[in-house]
Parts: sequence; C-alpha cells; structure tokens
Amino acid sequence: MSVLLPRTIERRSLLRGMMGTTAVGVALPFLDCVLNNSGTALAATGGRLPVRFGTWYWGMGHTPKHAIAEKSETSQGIGFLQETEALKPYEKDLNFFANFTMPLDGRSNYTHFTGWVASRTGTAPARTGDIPAPTLDLLIADTIAGGSRFQTLNANAVGMPRANYSARSTASRGMSESSPTALYVRLFGPEFVDPNSQGFKPDPTVMLEKSVLSGVMEQSRDYLKTLGAADKSRMDEYFTSVRQVENQLALQLEAPQPNDACLLPTDPRAKEEANATRIARDMAQVIETHGVMAKLMAMAVACNQTKVFNMVFTDDFANVRRVGETYTHHLVTHEEPIDLKLGYQPLAFWFNKNCSDGFATYLKEFSAIREGDGKLLDNCLIFAGTETNYARVHTIDGVPIWLAGKAGGRMKTGYYVNGGADPVTRVGLTAMAAMGVPIESWGTKSLKTSKPLTEVLQARPEAVPGKSAATL
Amino acid sequence: MQKLFIGALAAIALAGCGPSEPQTKGAPPDMRRLTEEQYQNIIADVFGLPLEVRGRFDPMQRTDGLEIVGARNARITPSGFERFYNVARNIAERVVDAEHRDVLVPCAPVNVAAADDECARKFFSQTGRLLYRRPLTAPESDFFVKAAHDGATTRKDFYRGLGMSLASLLVTPQFLFVSDTTERDPKNVNAERLTAHAKASRLSFFMWNTTPDEALLTAADSGELNSNDGLKRQVERMASSPHMEGGVRAFFSDFLSLADFDTVEKDPIIYPSFTVDLADDAKEQMLRTITDHLLVRNQDYRELFTTRQTFMTRNLARVYRVPTERTDNAWTPYEFPAEQGRAGIQSQIALMALYAYPGRSSAVRRGRAVRELLLCQRVPDPPGDVDFSVFTDPNSPNKTARERLTAHRTAPACAGCHKITDPIGLTFENFDGAGQYRTTENGAAIDASGDLDGVKYDGAVGLAKALHDDPATASCAVNRMYSYALGRAASNDDKAFVAYLEESFASDRYRITSLIQRIALSDAMFAIAKPDGSQSAMNGGAAVASAAP
Repeated sequence: MSVLLPRTIERRSLLRGMMGTTAVGVALPFLDCVLNNSGTALAATGGRLPVRFGTWYWGMGHTPKHAIAEKSETSQGIGFLQETEALKPYEKDLNFFANFTMPLDGRSNYTHFTGWVASRTGTAPARTGDIPAPTLDLLIADTIAGGSRFQTLNANAVGMPRANYSARSTASRGMSESSPTALYVRLFGPEFVDPNSQGFKPDPTVMLEKSVLSGVMEQSRDYLKTLGAADKSRMDEYFTSVRQVENQLALQLEAPQPNDACLLPTDPRAKEEANATRIARDMAQVIETHGVMAKLMAMAVACNQTKVFNMVFTDDFANVRRVGETYTHHLVTHEEPIDLKLGYQPLAFWFNKNCSDGFATYLKEFSAIREGDGKLLDNCLIFAGTETNYARVHTIDGVPIWLAGKAGGRMKTGYYVNGGADPVTRVGLTAMAAMGVPIESWGTKSLKTSKPLTEVLQARPEAVPGKSAATL
Repeated sequence: MQKLFIGALAAIALAGCGPSEPQTKGAPPDMRRLTEEQYQNIIADVFGLPLEVRGRFDPMQRTDGLEIVGARNARITPSGFERFYNVARNIAERVVDAEHRDVLVPCAPVNVAAADDECARKFFSQTGRLLYRRPLTAPESDFFVKAAHDGATTRKDFYRGLGMSLASLLVTPQFLFVSDTTERDPKNVNAERLTAHAKASRLSFFMWNTTPDEALLTAADSGELNSNDGLKRQVERMASSPHMEGGVRAFFSDFLSLADFDTVEKDPIIYPSFTVDLADDAKEQMLRTITDHLLVRNQDYRELFTTRQTFMTRNLARVYRVPTERTDNAWTPYEFPAEQGRAGIQSQIALMALYAYPGRSSAVRRGRAVRELLLCQRVPDPPGDVDFSVFTDPNSPNKTARERLTAHRTAPACAGCHKITDPIGLTFENFDGAGQYRTTENGAAIDASGDLDGVKYDGAVGLAKALHDDPATASCAVNRMYSYALGRAASNDDKAFVAYLEESFASDRYRITSLIQRIALSDAMFAIAKPDGSQSAMNGGAAVASAAP
C-alpha cells in the first residue's frame, strides 16, 4: 500500500540532510535500509509489520540516587528505586542510559533548553530557542515514515500547543496536539479509513482533491522562480508538506489491509467536555489527559496512522503543579529545601515520580496491543528523555534517557548502560541505527560520534515468515 | 469604544515636518508567512466569516523582540500544512454553502449541476485578487477555473467544484506568504523597487494587519502608490479608518507578547477569581486601554505607563476589588483611584498575571518583562550552574520575595542579572500572582521600593513615572514599530533613520499615530536592496541591560 514512493522521499531527504547540516554523515552501504521497512516480521494477515519510532518527554530530570541504582559498568539488569518502581514490570522492554555527557564546546547551558536540544539534535544550541539541526525523530521519519498517514504525530498532556520537542529547525517547529478530542478527531475522525470495515469505496472527491493539490505544486513553480535561495529552501519544505497531505489523500483511496490490532478507540469528547473547567496543568489532570492520549497514540501506531510519534508528558519548564501548591514543579526543584532525613526534596520527588509513573502508563498502552506474535511495543523504539539530570542545579551531564521496545528485533533490552563520560549522542545514534537510518556519524563538535552502542544493538535478523523479529 | 481616530487625522499635518529623512538601503526582498491573526482578519474582511483557529497554526519564532520578524523565516511543516488545508476546506465550504453563496459569489451558474467557467473566472478574478493581494496571472486564473470545472463535473455541482478550487487557492504559497515582489526602478535602471502591489501589502499589514482593501489595490493597479501624492492620499485614508484599531492592537499584542496569554493558568484554590473568562477580559482591558489612549484620545505614548484611565468589566472589578454598578459583564470606562497603587498598563492584571507563576508572583519575571518588552533591553539568560543551597536553606526565615531574592543574590553568578531585574520586579510585589493588590506576604509587610537605573522610587506608581521619564521607553517603541513595519530588525544601515524617527517622535509629542504615518510615508518603508546585499543586524535595538552603578 505504498503510495508515496519511499525511495524518492528518502533520497531527497538524505540529500537535504547532506546539504543542510554537517551533523549527519552518510553511509552508503546502509542504503538498503532506506529501501525497506525495518520490520521483518509478517503479521497474521500476511502484511509486513513496520518498525516505528517514538519519543516521550518529561521535564525536570530525576532525583539522583533515588531513581535508578548506579552501576559502574554496562550490564544486564536495571536497579529500579523508589522513584521509578512503576517501570519495573517493563524491565525486559527497557534500556537505561546513565553517565553520558553533554560537552558544549564553550556554549552556555541554556537552562531547561540545551539539554533536550543537544540530546535530540546532536548539537548544542547557540541561544535559547535555537534548534541547530533536525531532531532525531525527523531524521528517522525521513527514513521510515512512508506508507502511513501522518509523517509524525505530536501531542502533549499539558494543554500547551507549543510543548513540542520535534523540529527540523528553529523556524520549523510545529504545534503539538494538546487536546485529546482534537487528537482523536485528527486520527479517527471522518477521514480515518477503518482497515477492518467492509465494502470500502474510494471517494471520487478525494481523488480530485489530490489531483488539485498536485496542480497547486505545479502551478507554484512559477512563483518559486521569483524567490531567493533562502526562500527556495523554505519552499522546498512547503512542497514536502504538500506531498504529505497528498499522501494522506492517497491512502484514503486505497483499501487498507485488514488489521486485527486496530480497534477504534473511545471518543474522548464527552469526558474532555466534562473536564473543561479543570486547569490543564494540575498534575492530576495531566495524568488523566496523558492516559487518554497514550491510548490514542498506541492505537494510531497500531492502525498505521503514523510510524513516528512524539508525546510530551510535561514541558521543559515543567509548568505543572499540585493543586493548592504555590510552586510549579520547576520552582519546587529550585526552592524546596532538601529533607535531611529523606535526602531529597520531597515535593520535587513527588513530581518526578509522577513522571516516571506516566512513562509506565505509556508503556502499558503499547504493551496491551497484540501485534503479530508479540506486542506492539516489540515493534517500536521509544526514546524517553528530559532536559536535565538533577534540576535543582541544572546539571545536564548524566541526563537520564530510556529506550523502550525491541525495534522489531534490532534492540537488546534490559540493560543499564553506563556511558563512561561519552557524549550523549551515542544514544541517539544507536536509536537511529536501530531504525535503519543510513548514517554513520551524528552530531557536531564534541558531540559528534560515530559509535553506536553495540552492546544493545542486535545484528539485523533474517525475516522469518510468521515470526515477529522481536521474538526471534 | 468610540471609533473616532482624531489623533490619526490631526497627525497628518505633522508628516513631512521636522528633521529631514535619512535614506536607507533597505533589505533584500523576502517573504513572510501570514500570522494566524492576519489569516483570520483576511478571511473576515474578504468573506465576512468569523474564524476561530486559535492555537492551530504553527507558531512563529519570536525574533529580535517581535513575532512578526520571525515570519520572514517561518516555514510550513507537514502538520502545519495539514492544518492550513483543513481550515481552507472549512472556509471554502462555508463560502459556497447555501447560506453565503448569493453574497460571496458574484454570479450564479447557468446550471447549478454543471461547470460554469465564466462564473468561476469572475469569482477568482474578484476574490483571488483580494487573497493574492494582486490580480491573478492568466495561468493562475486558468488553473483555478479548471480545478473548479473538474470538481463541478465530478460532483455534478458547480458550488462544490468552486469550493474545492478555492480551498486549493487558500493553501498556495502566493496566499500564505506575503512576498516582496520587485520590478525595475524607472528612476534607476540598475536598481529594483517594490511593485505597487507589494507596497500595498506592506502598508496594509503594517497599518491594518490585514490584506489591502479594494481602494488600496486600485491605487496599486493604477500606479497611484508609486507617486508621493498618491501614497499620501492612501496613508491618510488608512490612518482615519476604523481598521487602524486592528493594526494598533496587532502591534501591541506582538510588542507586549500577549499571545502568551492564551495559555495562562492560575491555581483555582489560590486564585479562585482568575478564570479563563477573566484572563480574556484582562487581555482585552489592556488592549482597550492602549487603543483608547493612543488612537481615540491621541495621547502621549509615555503616558501609557502612568495613566489610571482604563475600562472595567464586572469580572475584572471582582479581582481589582473595586465597586461596579454593572450587573452584566459589559465594558465601562473606569479610572483607578490614586490609592489603588496602580498606574499605567504595566500594573494592570494582564501583565501582572502573565509574568507570574500559577500560584505566586514573580519579581524576576516581571522585572525581566519590563526590561525586555518596554525598554528593549536584553537580560541575559540565567547561568546553568546556579547554586541554590543558600536559597533553599530549610532554616531560612525568608518570608517575602524581597528576602528570598536578597538571599539568592548572595550567589555571585546570580547577582549580576538579578540586579537588573529585581529592583524593578519587586516594585510590583503589591500585586500577587493574579494581579490582586496586597500589602503583606506571609504576614510580613511588603517593601515595594525600587530603582530604575539609578532613579529611586516607591511602588508601582513611582515606577510608572520612572518609565515615563526614561528615554529608553520611547526609543524602544520607535525601534519596535520600525521593525514591525518592515518585518525585520533594524540594521546598522537603518541607524540614522531610526534616530530620525526617535527625534521626530519627540517633536510629534510622542503621538503613536504620527509615528505610524511617518514610517508609512517614508522611503525606508519601501526600500529594497539587491538580493545579494548584506546587512549587519543591530540586534533589534536591544541593548544588554546593566545594573545601575
């Protein structure tokens, strides 16, 4: 059902990556990865199971010594402590990355910003707001997103459309869905084609709309001639965006393959309307919103609406509160005294624990959906990160990162990976390697690396009919 | 509110007087993506359709103090285009539905169940011209007529075909981006100049924040805008139009970063009166105060920071704790009594609530906002290695923000910036996180004394006078207004012109209407450099703030 020719898109994107930034090194021998979906398993229906990539974001890091037990070496087994105990049931689906560094080569640590930008783009930002290179989810989307309805999906549970940590550049940072209803309608509204419905008939209007959009691009080429080089680059992105909507329309014209895993989720509208008077950034509401969005995201992935999905639990400045408290999570990390008996800031710990619990909820939803002979999470890789290690003092070295899921069999799991002061970009490069992105190095200056973490990467398995690669 | 723009008319006589106008080289042509508000205004003006798309379009990156400057770099992401397309389809459906088609489509098809190229061409000739801000070229017109034809034939419905074609027009780059189209300058064969239609767009988005109207497009069609007299006629006409209010509102919304208001939340237990409706009222109160002061009453810009005159609703009166005779929530003029401790827009609930936390005030945020927004001074970002150990001492007796911040300033890395922000921000400590007046915090009396670069004062009223008297206040408005008009930060080449504007602003008795017209009538407004010309940025006029000695 590939309508948008992946070859064309990915080669173009590859070239853009080469032209637009020095952060990405191209390794041609991996080009076969571009031409195939990374998934190698066959579903019960005979369709190829794709491998998908997601990110999950939470603000304010964690509580050192109370989140994960430190280990001096990389080895199997993760020591979940009080703050992360909700994640323990998912140990076999997780890898934890500790002690990776973020060398900034003289650039400042822009608090609550540099951390996520450097770990997701491989480059330290020059100033607050600067996105110096595409985030890794988009580099991965350039490789794997073909054949699904949305190139990427972005959502957040804090009611802030700008809470989005996926961007191609400073000027190209889109909005994130901040309402469960809006996310539901976008995914499963009238334009959703249920793969399990009977009697599919393509709508001739859709065909016409697609044709008109193609015409728009042709007709806009005269306009392109009037522009300077910088604006032509913006138009290139515009054309890519038009093609994305063309692709969506094209998918509406094709009868989708039946998909047992895809079940229409509950419409959250009534519940959201009932909560309309509640404030979005009360932690209890964040948890509720996130729970609904987690279900929608997981089903969107199962229903092949997207292969790249980004979820924000709390924003980089953690503007969330516990109702009645005067301080936000962010302020608490700075201003709450350390309880000398406990050895940490109690309220900050409470917020951090809620974030960890939120990630467990997310994993639960991706584990609940059966796919092939395993679960949806087996065919995903979810990069969960934050912007600080210990928010009280804004440390960014040792920022905690999780990779969840087996990436269709490309990832080994259950490891505590000690970075030993290597740059944090090794984690991102590992994720990209697992997703088949054809690069051999990533990042700039001291963040540049060409060493994926082979400790957690599997050799690419052979496809076995009827078997999920994740369970080979 | 009265819509008599006395000031705008009175100011016309001033244009052209005073110091002579320095010439600028301009910047290379560029293209600016429509802002969400511009998009809404265009749809409202062209079709008369209200459009609620708040928070739907990709955001602009605020650059050099203005979101509009970010528009020249703004791109359209895949999800952003998807949203544009969905909104366009929704608009197009409404334009051609049974309720609106008789008004919005200038002809009726011969057969409603079939294509009618003549009628479609007439529609795109009229409507397309308003949306593209210039007449459509023949290939463009042919394309949309053919798309309408194909749609009508497939759907056996003229209006559905027309709607489909209109939706596609609304997602073309020609509509979504405002371009600096140029032509050979007849006065200098080696130079380019903006076309009359590009000039019309610059004027219209600057003064009205919307697409050029029929009269302005006609002036562009005829070449009238290329003559000084023709330009003056149009600027005078525009300055006296009620649309000016929309333009001034848009400038101050951007200048004061009021878009951030859309996501302001307050804790309902701590501030039960601060609801979503109240937040909307607070933002509207500020914009009404601004347009009334600057347009209706044509007053001195600097007095915006000292005026006690404003407008009040019943909801707001509850938070301000002032009496109101209204039983509904209608707007009524109001003057704060002197003992309220409020003076100027900066002490209204809007900025007080916006630059605070959900459950408490923030002297740092408020101080930074005054420096960056009102004085165009840049406050450095906090360092990444702050030691909070003193600040978070569990045995600390600090009850007020002043005590806490004083403790914080003992860290040398923090002291530099906090000396810049805190003496201003602490002035506002009489207003809690929702902007409500108070005299104590945690049982301790609040000391609201302050210092603006060596000028000492007491409370928000004292700060108001200090801001009024600070030359940076007027200079900041001039710099931002110039950047806003051109959609870019002023460059070093613009320095002399900006200085001229500052001087003229003073000689025009700080009337914002005069400033707007002076910019609109200037050569600098339309100056264009060759595409390969290089400009060195002046950083938007931002100077790094420094603490008073």
